[in-house]
Amino acid sequence: MTLDVAIFFISAIVAVFGATMMITVRNPVASVLYLLVSFAAQAVLFIQLGALFLGVVLIIVYVGAILVLFLFVVMLLNLRGGEDLGQPSRPMSRFSKYLIGALLLVELVFVIRGSAGGTDQTVTGMMGPVVETFGSVQDVGMLLFTTYLYPFELTGVLLLVAIVGAVVIAKRETEREAAQKKQLVEERGHSSEEKVS
Amino acid sequence: MIDEAVASIDLNLIAPELTLLITACVILLFSFARSMQRGASAVGFAGLVVALVLSANQWGHQASGFFGMVTCDNYGAMFKIIFCVASLLALLLAVRYFSQRGLNRPEFYALLLISTLGMMVMANTSDLVVMFLGLEIMSVPLYVMAGYVRRSLESNEAGIKYFLMGAFASGFLLMGIAFVFGASGTTDLRRLVTDFNFIVSNFDLFLSLGGALVLIGFAFKVAAVPFHAWVPDVYQGAPTPVTAFFSVGPKAAGFAVLFRIFTFGFGDLEVLTNLFWILAVLTMTVGNVLALRQDNIKRMLAYSSIAHAGYVLVALAVGTQGAVSAAIFYLVAYMMFNTGAFAVLTMLETRAGSKSNFSELAGLAKANPYLSAVLALFMFALSGFPPTVGFFGKFYLFASAVNNGFIWLAIIGVMNSFLSVYYYLRVVKVSYFDSPEGAWTPVPFSTAIIVVLFVTAIGTLGLGFFPGELLKLSQTSLIAFL
Repeated sequence: MTLDVAIFFISAIVAVFGATMMITVRNPVASVLYLLVSFAAQAVLFIQLGALFLGVVLIIVYVGAILVLFLFVVMLLNLRGGEDLGQPSRPMSRFSKYLIGALLLVELVFVIRGSAGGTDQTVTGMMGPVVETFGSVQDVGMLLFTTYLYPFELTGVLLLVAIVGAVVIAKRETEREAAQKKQLVEERGHSSEEKVS
Repeated sequence: MIDEAVASIDLNLIAPELTLLITACVILLFSFARSMQRGASAVGFAGLVVALVLSANQWGHQASGFFGMVTCDNYGAMFKIIFCVASLLALLLAVRYFSQRGLNRPEFYALLLISTLGMMVMANTSDLVVMFLGLEIMSVPLYVMAGYVRRSLESNEAGIKYFLMGAFASGFLLMGIAFVFGASGTTDLRRLVTDFNFIVSNFDLFLSLGGALVLIGFAFKVAAVPFHAWVPDVYQGAPTPVTAFFSVGPKAAGFAVLFRIFTFGFGDLEVLTNLFWILAVLTMTVGNVLALRQDNIKRMLAYSSIAHAGYVLVALAVGTQGAVSAAIFYLVAYMMFNTGAFAVLTMLETRAGSKSNFSELAGLAKANPYLSAVLALFMFALSGFPPTVGFFGKFYLFASAVNNGFIWLAIIGVMNSFLSVYYYLRVVKVSYFDSPEGAWTPVPFSTAIIVVLFVTAIGTLGLGFFPGELLKLSQTSLIAFL
């Protein structure tokens, strides 16, 4: 029991520390690496909660694949640490970040105080008892293809349209299109598209 | 479990969505073919018409499937019809606009169809997770459509701005859904309603917080006032047919979900009623006041669309079934005259070098008397003059507010309508009484746009003379409202 608690606190502190460092560090590569640390600690938390599958997926997909992709992009952009990443902030925005921070803190206090009121019994009453196989691959798969079948398929549509959209935005104009456009612009003297970016 | 799953899958429930998805995939798959490059708009049009018929078929059916993730009711069917019509009108506008600029590519129509599909998904469910996915499926194509004219800096700006704001709003929405789930243990609004009293007595704070965050997320989408900053630049920079779609489709979808969540799901949360009150007043007033000073018609219509969202928010504050049916009436009416106004703009923009500034309208009445008459009709409808449907839309909304004791809300609304007359009639004044600087450039003829003008003008006038039918429809759409 005490070991559980110790593991929880260690990984929770590491997760929060990683997230904080991620947004405060100015070197982009270090920022991505801190995010990685945070994710790894979160995976431990998931596994501790019994969501074994989610924890493993977090490591395989996020830590293993997506963050590596992030690193590639950051390195391709060739951003170096210490570089000034933006204009100095105006007094207004400097003030507003403290305001938002204070608001979130107040919210957090309220949430903690509120949750102290409700007893554990009501929570399990709403969610139903946790079953033995909770978080196993079989359970997650079963849910995905029964209860959450529709949202699951919709996610597929969303990914499809995201890919199509990215291609539409990024693809090079074919020569035929460019020629066609040039001809049209000349014919009609259209000026609204003259601003070539 | 598996047998249950198979029994729960009823493709009839999502027939219109499937039609749109299949049509979009067909367009994308065959986009390499030359005939598809020219015929994509026709294929898309056919797909939308079929989806429209299938949606109308769902009217009167009451069913739930896919383990409660899909809820078919009259309300959903009504909104699906609205989305299909808005999408059809935008498609007709887009054909001419893009082919003239050498941009008439099949991908655009596929994106338009998938965006419409996303709206349908939003209207056709009572589950928050599915609503979120529908919202994203709707929004992602919209970001691309806003930035579709890649050579234009304004269009790029519109795309980027809309994307950033949309992603920001999604964050709020997800956080809100997480809080609601934490409080209630479910994302299904029907279960939320069943256990509402229990949840409120135990988790009042979480539920209110979740509701407020969800409200912020959708307020971005319908452009309610503290969350409206992106609207003018995006509306001005996006290609005009896309703007016409923006101001009608996503807005109607946002309201479809807002009513389902807050009028049905969170019915009795007192904190939120006050929030809606403030939101409605702010949205109406700020939209109208800022519209007064615009020199660009697209920008003016952007602010006016904010103001109109404010009128519909009145219904959310009132929160009765009568108010919601008035809001549906208003959304249909708004689709008619707002798309009509954008159709006139699209037509004018087929002239060389048009930027849709007010001064370009000077001399329109002499050169194209019919076009300027139609434009005047839409402007009268937007400001809510009696023979048009705009008057009845506002009348039903404000009447429902007065009947339920929201007298001040109605008074502020009516005062705002008076304010809006100034800038709408400025369009009429410039087109009828000002003389153009230099020679008038003739407006090229376009059949597709004429069709849109015809449909919207008939709608604006016809529904104005016979508003009862539409009102009855929107009232029956709320039977067994889930």
